[in-house]
Amino acid sequence: MTMDWLSGYGLQLIFGAVTMLSVALVALVVGTVLGISLGTAKIYGAKPLRYSAEAYTAVVRGVPDLIVIYLIYFGGTVALTKITGQYVDINGFAAGVAALAFIFAAYAGDIFRGAIGQVPRGQTEAAHALGLSPRAAFFRIILPQAWRLALPGFGNLAIILIKQTSLISVIGLEELLRASSVISGATRQPFLVYSVAAILYLIITSIVSWGFRNAGIRSNRGFA
Amino acid sequence: MLDFSIMADAFPNLLKGAGMTGRLSILILLLGMMLAVPLAYARNAQSIWLHGPASIYILVIRGIPSLLQVFIVYYGLGQFSFVRNSALWPIFRDPFWCVIIALGLNSAAYTAEIIAGALRQVPKGLVEAAQALGLSWFQTQRKVTIPLAVRAALPAYENEVILTIKATSLASTITLLDLTGAARLEVSNTFAPYEVFLTAGAIYFCITTSLSWLLRRFEVRLSAGHRNEERRVKEFQPVLPGIPDH
Repeated sequence: MTMDWLSGYGLQLIFGAVTMLSVALVALVVGTVLGISLGTAKIYGAKPLRYSAEAYTAVVRGVPDLIVIYLIYFGGTVALTKITGQYVDINGFAAGVAALAFIFAAYAGDIFRGAIGQVPRGQTEAAHALGLSPRAAFFRIILPQAWRLALPGFGNLAIILIKQTSLISVIGLEELLRASSVISGATRQPFLVYSVAAILYLIITSIVSWGFRNAGIRSNRGFA
Repeated sequence: MLDFSIMADAFPNLLKGAGMTGRLSILILLLGMMLAVPLAYARNAQSIWLHGPASIYILVIRGIPSLLQVFIVYYGLGQFSFVRNSALWPIFRDPFWCVIIALGLNSAAYTAEIIAGALRQVPKGLVEAAQALGLSWFQTQRKVTIPLAVRAALPAYENEVILTIKATSLASTITLLDLTGAARLEVSNTFAPYEVFLTAGAIYFCITTSLSWLLRRFEVRLSAGHRNEERRVKEFQPVLPGIPDH
C-alpha cells in the first residue's frame, strides 16, 4: 500500500499538481494581459470600445465558469471542424487555459481599472509636461504605480484561478482533481485520495497567498 | 450560423433545469446562512476556543476548490461503511443533498466572513451606549448591531448570492440535471454545443442579472435616509472585494 503510493499514485498526484500549476500560470499571464487591456479600454477607450468591455465583464460575471469552459471546449471543436472540414479534437490544455484566461480577464479588468483610476492625475500631467508620449506615460508612469494598488485584488484573483483549474477536469485534462478521481477509482479509497488532494490545494493556495501578502508589504515600502 | 430551431427545442428542458438550479440555490443559501451566523459570532469572539476553530474552518474551506468539496461529500463519504450503514445514508447517496451539503458548508464560510466583517464595522460607541442604557446583550444585538450590520453586509452578500447560483452548476458533475446538466444532456443529443450552451448561458445571465438588480434596489431602500451610511456601505469591502471565490 505504502509502496503503491510512493511509486505510482503519489507521482500521479504530483504530475496532476504540476499540470494544474502550468494551466494556472499560462492563464494568469494571458488573463493579465487581457485584463489590463480591458481595464484601459474602460478608462481611456472610445464609447463603443468602453461599452463592449463593460458588456464582456457583465456577461462573464453572470454566467457560471463551467458554461464558459464547455462553450470554448465543445464549441471550439465544432467551429474548428466546420472551418477545416475534418474532425478536430481541441487540446484540453489550450481550451482550459483560454477559458480560465477569459474569466480571469473579466475580473482583473475591473481591478486594473480601479488601480489605474487611483493613480493621481498629477502623475499623468507631469508626464505630459515632461514631453512623454501618452503611450510612454502609460507604460512607464501610470502602470507601474497601478500595479502596487492592484496587487491585493490581483492576488485574490490568482488564488481563485488556482482553485478554478479544478473545473478543467470536466473536459478531461488530467490536473490535480482529475488525477485524484482516477486514483480513487483504482484504489477505492475516494475519501483518502480526495483529502490528500485537498491538502495539496490548501498548501499551494496558502503559499501563493503568503507570497502575495509579502509582495504587497514589499511594494508598499516607503508609502505611509 | 446559429440554428434557432435547436435553441427553441432545447429551451423547455433548459427551463426545467433552471428550476433545479433555483431549488439548489435557495437551499444552499439557507443552509449557508444558518451556519454562517454562529460562525461569524465565533470568529469575532474573544475566546481562542471559539475564534480558533471558526477561523480554521473558514481558511480551509476557502483554500480548497468547491468542486473538490462536492466530490468529497458525494464520492468520499461512501468509502466508510459506518456512513453506508447509518440512517443518514439515503441523504449521502443522493446527489441532490450532497450538493446542498457541500456547497452549503462552502457558502457558510464565505458568508460568515462577510457577516463577521460587517459586525466588526458597527461602531463600538453605539454598543457601549446601548449597554449604558441598560440593554442586555441580546437586545443590543437585535436593536443596534444587527440592523447596522445587515446594511453593511448586503453588497457583499449580494455578490455571494450570485456566486452561489453560479456554483450550483457544479451539481451537473455528479449527474444532477440542473441548468448546466440539462444543457450537457441536450448537447449530447443534438451535438449543437453553441446553440445549447449559449441558450443556457443566456438563461443564467438573465437570472443573475435580474436578481442582482433587485438586490441592489433593496439595498438602496434599506439605506434611504442614511446618506453617510450609504457611502460607508459602498466603501465596505469584504475580505475578497467583489471577486468570485468559488
